[in-house]
Amino acid sequence: MAEVSIRKLNKMFDVTHVVKDVDLEIRDKEFVVLVGPSGCGKTTTLRMVAGLEAITSGQILIDDAVVNEVPPMDRDIAMVFQNYALYPHMSVAGNMAFGLKMRKFAKPEIETRIKRAAAILGIENLLERKPRQLSGGQRQRVALGRAIVRDPKVFLFDEPLSNLDAKLRVQMRVELKKLHERLGTTAIYVTHDQVEAMTLGDRVVVMKDGWVQQVGEPLELYNTPANRFVAGFIGSPAMNFIEATLAESGGAVVAEAPGLRLTLPGPQAARARAKAGRSVTLGIRPEDVHVATASDSPDLCFDSTVEVVEQLGSEILLDTRVGPATVVASVDPTMRIRSNDKLRLSLKPERLHLFDAETEVAI
Amino acid sequence: MIEGALWRRWVFYNIPLILFVFVLLFPFYWMIITTFRPDGELYRPWNAVNYMPFWTNNPTIEHILYLFEETNFMRWMLNTMMIAFVSTIISLFCGVLAGYALARLNFPYAGGLGTAIFVTYLVPQTLLFIPLAEIIRNFQLGDTPWSLILTYPTFLIPFCTWLMMGYFKAIPKELEECARIDGASRWKAMLYIVIPVAVPGILSSGIIAFTLSWNEFIYALVFLSSPDQKTVPVGVTSELIRGDVFFWGPLMAGALLGSIPVAIVYSFFVEHYVSGLTGSVKG
Repeated sequence: MAEVSIRKLNKMFDVTHVVKDVDLEIRDKEFVVLVGPSGCGKTTTLRMVAGLEAITSGQILIDDAVVNEVPPMDRDIAMVFQNYALYPHMSVAGNMAFGLKMRKFAKPEIETRIKRAAAILGIENLLERKPRQLSGGQRQRVALGRAIVRDPKVFLFDEPLSNLDAKLRVQMRVELKKLHERLGTTAIYVTHDQVEAMTLGDRVVVMKDGWVQQVGEPLELYNTPANRFVAGFIGSPAMNFIEATLAESGGAVVAEAPGLRLTLPGPQAARARAKAGRSVTLGIRPEDVHVATASDSPDLCFDSTVEVVEQLGSEILLDTRVGPATVVASVDPTMRIRSNDKLRLSLKPERLHLFDAETEVAI
Repeated sequence: MIEGALWRRWVFYNIPLILFVFVLLFPFYWMIITTFRPDGELYRPWNAVNYMPFWTNNPTIEHILYLFEETNFMRWMLNTMMIAFVSTIISLFCGVLAGYALARLNFPYAGGLGTAIFVTYLVPQTLLFIPLAEIIRNFQLGDTPWSLILTYPTFLIPFCTWLMMGYFKAIPKELEECARIDGASRWKAMLYIVIPVAVPGILSSGIIAFTLSWNEFIYALVFLSSPDQKTVPVGVTSELIRGDVFFWGPLMAGALLGSIPVAIVYSFFVEHYVSGLTGSVKG
């Protein structure tokens, strides 16, 4: 049970600045996910929390104590690595016991803890095996078990699911979630997979180029992304972006792009009025685009040509061309649409996002 | 494996393999057959009617008996074994620690230092023995086993360091990091995790170091002079070649018996040895 505070954290590798002024307060029992493309500094941040990487500047506190200079062994944390890092010369039980032996636990206590952790993870029958005799999913469980037996203050996960095949990954994701609910240990989880981030995190931290882009609950990131990067990173299929120019016409604010003229709805118009005449990026998620019907206001409709039809069963993804831009729309699977069809599309006004074209910050 | 027609397999696989094995094994065969042929057959001229160099119908152990009765062979074996063993242990100990430091502790100039250590291995012994002889004399170690126990590591430590450095680099860093998070200090993580995982690598460099010091010739020839201090390679060649007279039978018997301990060491660790050289660490 612990709180973790990261304050103005910076990391330089020689001249490369990989983590820049990261501020983060992680509450007790919280599951926080750091997500971002590779090279965004998320793993380095995690490794600094673990004590495996020296801190260039800033502070890390665990339960209000600065741990900058505390070696990993004294931080009372447990970490699960991407490649599991099981000790190949020890049995599963030996792997789980190692941390406890190092901490001089009594033998009976070690055995009880191993039994309990093995029961939680369903690996009781594997305890005598060596890591090389285990499948990927089993190794993953052992790595988790090794973290659980220690009953640490904080769990650190470094892309623990990315070496598993797709099906197993979904299954382990659910188990991780259950495990966290059961144990209630504070956890920091690093991944590049936004689906993992959205499903696992109580809060998600989106990072890019060493900067924190946005911190928030999953739906907060999804519904109100702080900038264009977060908008494009969170959500699958990704949000559509259209470069447009804002103009005022007759009291309304209009976004104009080749093949497109949208009158901005009330709330967006109010925020965008000051930017009239400037370039902006319109963002709309595929699931918020639909085939126009008579009830849609003509202010929010535009014409498109279907280029590719992707049948997913539960939905159809349409890759359509609107002027020079590509707009992906997710539509009802019962619709009969073929490529090269001309379609009139519309969108949900309240779901339209605007980003400054220069700074990429949400308007 | 070569695929396709039978002749292709013979031409590209079987015949080269047979030639290769023949070239490798023939000297051993020659050594063995010479050991057991009586002198009368060994010195028979090549154009004699009953000249038969590849086989004997009158095997004898007189050469082996000669070796044990007329020379200090047993003594040489013990000397060689002791010297090879102690210098291997010293070199392994230093090599493992140095290799670990060069591979894992990110201190400045670690890369350059690693290369520098390797370069010392490349300096030929034929040059080094002259200054080393001077040093040995100054420390009054001449004609003692210590002259070799202390000089063999000069080429064995760089060798072991280099080999172990490569091996340690191949071990995933996460293993050690995980151990350190699990509560082990760097020292304990090395002792309980890294070194046990590196056992195949340690065994391979140990075996090679042992063989190198077992077979070493120049230093042993220069630093040792009295017959009962000598090692097998020097003892056999200096005591069984007198002037231009070669005692072929005892010479080959000495070579045969001298190669047996190394062969035993190899066969004992062969599985570890191969996996050590190919650097396979499975997580």
